[in-house]
Amino acid sequence: MSPRGRRRDEFQMVPDAHFTSYYGRPVVKAAPWTADIPAYLFLGGLAGGSSLLAAGAQATGRDSLRRTSRLGALVGISLSMAALVHDLGKPARFANMLRVAKPTSPMSVGTWVLTAYGPMAGLAGVAELRPFLPRSLRDGAVGRLLGAAGTPAGALAALAAPAVASYTAVLLSDTATPSWHEAHRELPFVFVGSAAAAAGGLGLLGASLHDAGPARRLAVGGALLELAAEHRMEQSMGLAAEPLRAGTPGRFMRASKALTAFGAVTAAVLGGRSRVAAGLAGAALMAGSACTRFGVFEAGQESARDPKYTVVPQRERLNARLGS
Amino acid sequence: MTYDPATASGWVDAPARKGFFTDTSVCIGCKACEVACKEWNAVPDDGMSFLGSSYDNTGALGASTWRHVAFIEQKKPVDLGMPSTARPGADGDGRADFRWLMESDVCKHCTHAACLDVCPTGSLFRTEFGTVVVQDEICNGCGYCVPACPFGVIDRRIGEKDTPKVGVAQKCTLCYDRIGEGLEPACAKACPTKSIQFGDLDELRERAQSRVDVLHAAGVHDAKLYGESEGDGVGGMGAFFLLLDEPEVYGLPPDPVVTTKDLPAMWKKAGLAALTLLAGAVAAFAGSGS
Ligand code: SF4
Repeated sequence: MSPRGRRRDEFQMVPDAHFTSYYGRPVVKAAPWTADIPAYLFLGGLAGGSSLLAAGAQATGRDSLRRTSRLGALVGISLSMAALVHDLGKPARFANMLRVAKPTSPMSVGTWVLTAYGPMAGLAGVAELRPFLPRSLRDGAVGRLLGAAGTPAGALAALAAPAVASYTAVLLSDTATPSWHEAHRELPFVFVGSAAAAAGGLGLLGASLHDAGPARRLAVGGALLELAAEHRMEQSMGLAAEPLRAGTPGRFMRASKALTAFGAVTAAVLGGRSRVAAGLAGAALMAGSACTRFGVFEAGQESARDPKYTVVPQRERLNARLGS
Repeated sequence: MTYDPATASGWVDAPARKGFFTDTSVCIGCKACEVACKEWNAVPDDGMSFLGSSYDNTGALGASTWRHVAFIEQKKPVDLGMPSTARPGADGDGRADFRWLMESDVCKHCTHAACLDVCPTGSLFRTEFGTVVVQDEICNGCGYCVPACPFGVIDRRIGEKDTPKVGVAQKCTLCYDRIGEGLEPACAKACPTKSIQFGDLDELRERAQSRVDVLHAAGVHDAKLYGESEGDGVGGMGAFFLLLDEPEVYGLPPDPVVTTKDLPAMWKKAGLAALTLLAGAVAAFAGSGS
């Protein structure tokens, strides 16, 4: 009995894929990662986008947007780090990441990007807490230092922020996981779009209508970029696009598109006039961004578990090369 | 000149690159390799269940399975002196229309190893023998090597707290401790048919080619090498195979490519995306005075 598989799926990019596998078992292994990782992808994007908004708000005197964005970045990056450490097999050895700097390892690059970004975003966020400190602290040396540090720290965080938001795409794509690797041309644009939409969404939620203009524009632009890049990505992935449309990842991706489109339209049409509409749009955009991350993550995991996504494209490539 | 991964990794006066040639045409599926590997390397038990896949209840390579013997039962005429279900000569010409494929799989010790490339701690390293080994004490269990490997070899070990090396990435070391002492790896040593051969990679490649020639001359036209070519997507495998069917029949990827081959292109796109985000943020503030 030769273990031949003939699979039919609801959504198909290519006609019936005949392929051979070893008892239907996976060829590549799915990442041993839990929900920590897609949560990190979302929170890291939110933090990066927020730091950019915060720096702009600082420069243009939009206090409520600056406060919201800096605090968003602080919370986002703190939870991100917690998720990353929690996902390690040996959390106590986290610092071993700092032994080396390896450009061939996106995780190593990301660690150093976060090492540059995290403390700055953290400091800028903590500076926003100054008004809540007891009077003695607030007006003392600590408080004055915080007050002075907020702006330069926020600016430095904003410099590192674009890398924080984009490197995670390479983190996923630099694997043998079919639906992550095949997405490598467009995924960085999907992820920065998603980060901009999430950070803009948070700005819409937290800033006053008067201050929220840039958040709204960033949110709408990010949402459009994400939707367009995602569409293009699915066109370019071949068979590996299939998991993005089926099952759990498919549901996440559909929810992501609906929420992102709804959020963008609401923000664009009503976001400048109604605080309620702005908040609703902001929440939808953040939820849409989270769904994108979970959808892409789960699609990759699915593509690793089913040998079809590894064997069929490789067999086609090989046959084409052998001329048969 | 052949590319020597040990020299490329900075070893000076590295010994000849070592590897495995696994000739599946003489494998009898005894699993002595699986047992020897577990014993020598103190690889813990990772459970056993009936998998319904011929005589394979091991399943796949993983953190606690560093050799895995695949069993495939095929309806196909064969005459290799292999065990068959028919009485010898029963069908007249000594052939039965059934064959058993058996293959002892192992880490490929790739020339361009994705697991090593993506490891963020430097735990995975290239030895002086050109092999790829995890340093257990350094690995922090990030798990990145797991999806990076194009063969699904390496995995993060799961288990109870007292399981040795739990939470860190584990795989075949090509018996780094043994070969350093001039011994052959435990699996090769235990293999009773010399299906698993250990030695200098150059020499193994020659030996493998002459074995293919012999098999072809004997009418076994299915025989082909897998992973011996430096031109393949991983730059050649340190552990390569003689197969009697397509790679995917054995659960091997037909055309594996090291994922980091595309990494420069990926960084470029990520840089472009980062700039797009930065420009978008600037534009969002420049957009209007409101
Ligand atoms: S087969 Fe996988 S685990 Fe072994 S060296 Fe190659 S990439 Fe690493």
